[in-house]
Amino acid sequence: MKRRQFNKLLTGIAAGIGLGTALLSGQVAAEEPLKIGFVYVGPIGDHGWSYQHDQGRLAVEEHFGDKVKTTYVENVPEGADAERVIRNLAQSGHELIFTTSFGFMNPTVKVAKQYPKVKFEHATGYKLSKNLATYIGKTYEGRYVAGYVASQMTKSNKIGYIASFPIPEVIRDINAVQLALNKYNPEAELKIIWVNSWFDPGKEADAANAMMDQGVDVILQHTDSPAAMQAAERRGKFAVGQASDMSGFGPNAHLLSVIDDWAPHYIAETQKVMDGSWESAPMVEGMAEGAIVIPSFNEAIPADVVAKAEELIAGIKDGSVHPFAGPINNQAGELKVAEGEVLSWEELEKMNWYVEGVNGELPK
Amino acid sequence: MDIDLLSNILYAMVRTGTPLLLVALGELVCEKSGVLNLGQEGMLLMGAVVGFVAALLSGSLMLGFLLAILAGVAMSLLFGLIALGFSANQVATGLALTIFGTGLSAFIGSEFVGKPIDGLDPIALPLLSEIPLIGKMLFAQDPVVYLSFALFIAVYWFFRSSRPGLVVKAVGENPHAANAIGLPVMRTRYLAVMFGGAMAGLAGGYLSIAYTPLWVENMSAGRGWIALALVVFASWKVERVLLGAWLFGLASILHLVFQGLGFSISSNLLAILPYAATILVLVLLSRNQIRARLLAPISLGKPFHASS
Repeated sequence: MKRRQFNKLLTGIAAGIGLGTALLSGQVAAEEPLKIGFVYVGPIGDHGWSYQHDQGRLAVEEHFGDKVKTTYVENVPEGADAERVIRNLAQSGHELIFTTSFGFMNPTVKVAKQYPKVKFEHATGYKLSKNLATYIGKTYEGRYVAGYVASQMTKSNKIGYIASFPIPEVIRDINAVQLALNKYNPEAELKIIWVNSWFDPGKEADAANAMMDQGVDVILQHTDSPAAMQAAERRGKFAVGQASDMSGFGPNAHLLSVIDDWAPHYIAETQKVMDGSWESAPMVEGMAEGAIVIPSFNEAIPADVVAKAEELIAGIKDGSVHPFAGPINNQAGELKVAEGEVLSWEELEKMNWYVEGVNGELPK
Repeated sequence: MDIDLLSNILYAMVRTGTPLLLVALGELVCEKSGVLNLGQEGMLLMGAVVGFVAALLSGSLMLGFLLAILAGVAMSLLFGLIALGFSANQVATGLALTIFGTGLSAFIGSEFVGKPIDGLDPIALPLLSEIPLIGKMLFAQDPVVYLSFALFIAVYWFFRSSRPGLVVKAVGENPHAANAIGLPVMRTRYLAVMFGGAMAGLAGGYLSIAYTPLWVENMSAGRGWIALALVVFASWKVERVLLGAWLFGLASILHLVFQGLGFSISSNLLAILPYAATILVLVLLSRNQIRARLLAPISLGKPFHASS
């Protein structure tokens, strides 16, 4: 709260200075730039979720230069406060507004109704209207490839997974990893530890250490800090980075990172608004669209494993490989997806069951 | 459960408990002098960011820790100036210090997110660390953990058998009487507040240089608040602070260990253990009004005016 006001003050001062110099130099822009607003739930310094969205915003600025003007508001709590922030953006002439957290859904819907001419896009939500679209990344595609690499790199056949909260997105990704293990190394066991937080470096490191004490030698995570990567580096084990490139935190431990790259989406949507071709739609984007990226592989990974991983990525891109292709059983061994079928996004979107092979119960 | 695993759990317990122990020891001294500083979280974060940035830029972990401590002291002086100098409400001032420290640390650290440093490594003492079960826990830690043992002993001795310790207690129990017999009330309180700041700064440095060697916004994740609860949990007794810090440390890693072993205990339930324990102790303490009043320093949180 305090900090946001301070930021606003700074923005105000900066805007004042900008206006002043513009007046002094007598420059008048030939065309009004398109104003785009971004609302983040966390600090852009989280080196994870909000950081990646901000990288997308910067890419838009770089791509369009003077033709756009972007504004961002960070650390926005989900709830009534968000509505005020979004309305402020709409009121101050922003024509395209991205709200980047699930909890911004209802505030965005409300403001979108009041400003029918402004285009809104809400990340990870499911409510649509004429001027409100949704977008989400298929992280499970990257997670499946990470699961394959982990299945080949583990020596102890124990793979750890640091999980945040039992919501569909997280459950989906755990299942994707387990399906990769079932297929490529059924001997390997997946140990899941719930830390009940998206972001607590100390706890994430504790969880990583607890796993390694129990023999885990490859760690995957669905939390946002690089602490687990560091812990793995210190003890000579492997880890997979989440959301942003974490190779700097463990040059030896870092197998690969599954990155959310929002830049292509933000650039494409901005272009659509400029062309007047923007339409509301639920957009689900994965590796094929360049929204989920695995930029590099550790040199310690054998060449044939890298080649197979690249093959999986290519297959996911052209649609010949689908992590959730049947037959898939649930934990009780009942057939959930028949041979030749693929789980649809509608089913994946609300996934609340574990696939066969996952140890432990799903927390309620 | 084999002995290796147990010894690892004990090792992690002490590591996890160390930042809590440091902050709580500082706050204990501060509260014993009658000053309630709720700004621990802010001082912790400032120590963390300043320590990390100093260590990153200079390449010297030692300098990092030194500046982390100084940052904590500087923050505590700000608190002292407002709460002691101007006799402002201590609760409000402490809360403001936390908000200020959280914001300022994010501001200072924004350039340094995602930069790795080589953190402080553990030093296993020869022979001693080979002792089964407790060897790793007590003698294979990093230097800050050893320092926390020494600081615990120092604070314990300070209150048990030193004259300055008595002065701090006297000032906290009855500042007017202390003033009347010529004890320097304000100076004692300032020093106690500064000690609290130094300990919080050190704990912050421990988080960002040794525990998880990186800087990310709000990385203390509420540990300052847990330490505050810990002082109450310990009912202002030094030895119980140590016990409590390690117990809280144990409670916060135990649910991670159990999950890894596949016990089906609700992780949420285990995660609330430290807080539930604090509430339980509070209830037990306040059952007996007179005893409750005897445990807490009587002038805690009340401003002191020499004239009155």
